[in-house]
Amino acid sequence: MSKREIKGRISERFAVLKDRGEKALIAFITAGDPDIKTSEEIILEIAKAGADIIELGVPFSDPMADGPTIQESSERALKGGVQLPDVLKLVKRLREETAIPIVLFGYYNPVFVYGLSRFATDAKRAGVDGVLIVDLPPEEAGELSKELKAKGLDLVFTLTPTSDAGRMKLVSENSSGFIYYVSVTGVTGARSKVGARIRESVREVRKYSDLPVAVGFGISSEEQVRGVSKHSDGVIVGSAIVNVIKKNIKDKNLPMKVGRFVSSLKRGTLGK
Amino acid sequence: MTKLPDKKGHYGEYGGRYISETLMPAVMELEEAYAKYKKCPDFKKEFAHYLSEYVGRPTPLYFAERLTEKAGGAKIYLKREDLCHTGAHKINNTIGQILLAKRMGKRRIIAETGAGQHGVATATVAALFGFECEIYMGAEDIVRQAPNVFRMRLLGAKVNSVDSGSRTLKDAMNEALRDWVTNVSNTFYIIGSVAGPHPYPMIVRDFQTVIGKEARAQIKKATGRLPDLLIACVGGGSNAMGLFYPFINDKGVEMVGVEAGGHGIKSGSHAATICGGKVGVLHGSKSYLLEDKYGQITEAHSISAGLDYPGVGPEHSYLHDIGRVSYTSITDKEALKGFKEISLSEGIIPALESSHAIAYTMKRASLMKKDEVIITNLSGRGDKDLGTVRAAFGEKI
Repeated sequence: MSKREIKGRISERFAVLKDRGEKALIAFITAGDPDIKTSEEIILEIAKAGADIIELGVPFSDPMADGPTIQESSERALKGGVQLPDVLKLVKRLREETAIPIVLFGYYNPVFVYGLSRFATDAKRAGVDGVLIVDLPPEEAGELSKELKAKGLDLVFTLTPTSDAGRMKLVSENSSGFIYYVSVTGVTGARSKVGARIRESVREVRKYSDLPVAVGFGISSEEQVRGVSKHSDGVIVGSAIVNVIKKNIKDKNLPMKVGRFVSSLKRGTLGK
Repeated sequence: MTKLPDKKGHYGEYGGRYISETLMPAVMELEEAYAKYKKCPDFKKEFAHYLSEYVGRPTPLYFAERLTEKAGGAKIYLKREDLCHTGAHKINNTIGQILLAKRMGKRRIIAETGAGQHGVATATVAALFGFECEIYMGAEDIVRQAPNVFRMRLLGAKVNSVDSGSRTLKDAMNEALRDWVTNVSNTFYIIGSVAGPHPYPMIVRDFQTVIGKEARAQIKKATGRLPDLLIACVGGGSNAMGLFYPFINDKGVEMVGVEAGGHGIKSGSHAATICGGKVGVLHGSKSYLLEDKYGQITEAHSISAGLDYPGVGPEHSYLHDIGRVSYTSITDKEALKGFKEISLSEGIIPALESSHAIAYTMKRASLMKKDEVIITNLSGRGDKDLGTVRAAFGEKI
C-alpha cells in the first residue's frame, strides 16, 4: 500500500471519475513537438476533448525506453530548443487556462542536472501535479521522492509484466497518484495488439496497491481503450497521439485534429 | 577499498541502477546468478580453461626496450592484450558473461559495440557456444570500422545499424537496451565495459582483473618489485579497471587513466568524460558524463571509435574523486604519434585506443628515472584502424 499520501488533483480526478463510472484517459504528448506554442494549443484542445490527465513528455537526447515515434518527437522538440525550464513555463501558462492534472514524464538526467530541490519547487510553482521518471526505480528515487513529497507532488512508478511480488510491493509503497502498468515488455509505440492478460495483471497489482491503476504502452485506438478500460482505472495513450501530430505537422488545424482523435479515445473510457 | 560496490551497486555516489522497471528483475537475476557462480569451482574452472586454451592467456608482459630508449627514462613494460584471441582484452569479459548466460539458460545474446572489438568478442563467444547473437552498432562506426563489421557477420552475428542520435556507441547502447527490454525473458545482454546498471560494472571489472593479476605476478618476476606507474586508456574503462584493480591497495603504485582528448578539451570536441565532463545519469548508472547545461547528453569525439563515448564507468568516477587514480587526456594528434612510434620502434601496430596510453607513456617515461618502471596496457591491436590511420596520415605514411 502507498506510503505517500498526497491528495492532489490527480487523486481527485480519479475519485470523480469513479463516482461517474468512467475511466481516466491519460493523453501523452512531448512538450515542444512540433513547437512550444503549438503544444500549448494542443494540450488545451486535448483537455477540451475530454482527456482526464495530461502526461507531458520532457525531451531527452537519449530516450532509451521509447520506440521510434516518441524518439522522433523528442528530437523535434530538442531541435526547437525546448528544455525543462521551457516545459515548466509552458505548464505555468496552461494553468491560466485549465486545471487538468499534469504529470511530467521523462528521464532522470535533465531533472538531476536541474537540481532535485529546485525542480520540486519550480514544478510546484508552475502547477505540475506529478512526475514519472522512466529510468528511476524506487531504489534510486529516495531523494527526489522526499523533495516532491515536501511540495505535495505525486511520484508515479511503473509496474510491468516482469514484476514479481517483491517489485509490486516496493512500487506500490513508493507510488502516489496512480500506478502506471506497462502492458507489454518493450518500448513505447502503437501496436495492433495490446498485451494479453491485462485483466489478471491489474488484479494482481491491486493485491498490493489501493492506488488507481492506469495501463499504457501499445494502446492506440478507441476499441483498444475500451477493452483495457474494462479492467483498469485508466488508459494511457502516447505514440498514437504523437503519430497524429506527426501526420498533420504542417496543418494549421493540427491542435483541432489531435483534439478530435483524443475525443474518440475518450469515448472508449465511458463504459457504455 | 576493494569492498565496493555496496549492496545497491554504488561506488560512493556513483553507479546504481537507473533503468526502467521492466529491466529491474533481469539485473537482479543477473546479480544473484553472479554471486552464486563466481564462487562455484566449476564456473571458475571453466572460465580459466577458456582463458588459457581459447583466448591464449596469460598474455606476455613485454619489456619494450627500444621504446624505453626512445623516451629516455623509466622502463616501459607493455601488457600485451593485443595478443588475445580477437585482438583485444574485450574477450576476457565476453567469455565470462557467456558462461553466466549459459548457466542462466539464456540462449540469445545481444551487445553494443563502438570500435567493433566488443562486438567481435561477443560474436566470437556466441559462435563458440552456438548461441544466437545480435550486435548494435552506430551507423557512423559501421563505416569507420568496416573490417570488424565483416568479422562479426562471418562469425554468424546479425549486425544492426543504429541511425538514431549521433549514430555512435551511445546510440548503439540505447538500441541494445531497447532490444533487451523487449526480449528480456530469453536474452542476455553482454555489456562490454565497466558501465551500465549494477551489477555490470562489477562483473566486467572482475572478469577483466585477470589482466592486472597476471601483470602483478609478471612484473615481480621480471623486476623483483611492483611497478611505479600503471597507464591505460579509458573510454568506458574496462581495460584500465582490469589492470588497475589488483594494484589498488598497493599505495606506492601510481595509476593514470588516459582519456580521449579528441581535438583538445578546450575545443569541446573530445571524449574525455572525467577531464571535461560533469556528473549525470546515463545508461543505468550515475557517473561523469559529457552533457550540456540542461542535462542533454552531448556528442563525444575521438579518432578512436572505442573511446568515442560520452560516459565512463562509475568506479572510475569514484577513483577520481578519492584521488586514487588520476585521469588525463591525449589528443587525436598525439595518439597518432604514439601509434607511429610504437609501430616503428617495437614492430607492434596498436589499436588507436591503446595509442592514447602509449602517447602518454612516452611523455611520462621521459620525466622519470631510469630505474623506475611503468606498465602500460596495450589493450588491442590496430588492424581494425588501418583505414582511419591511413586517411589521417594521407601521403605521409
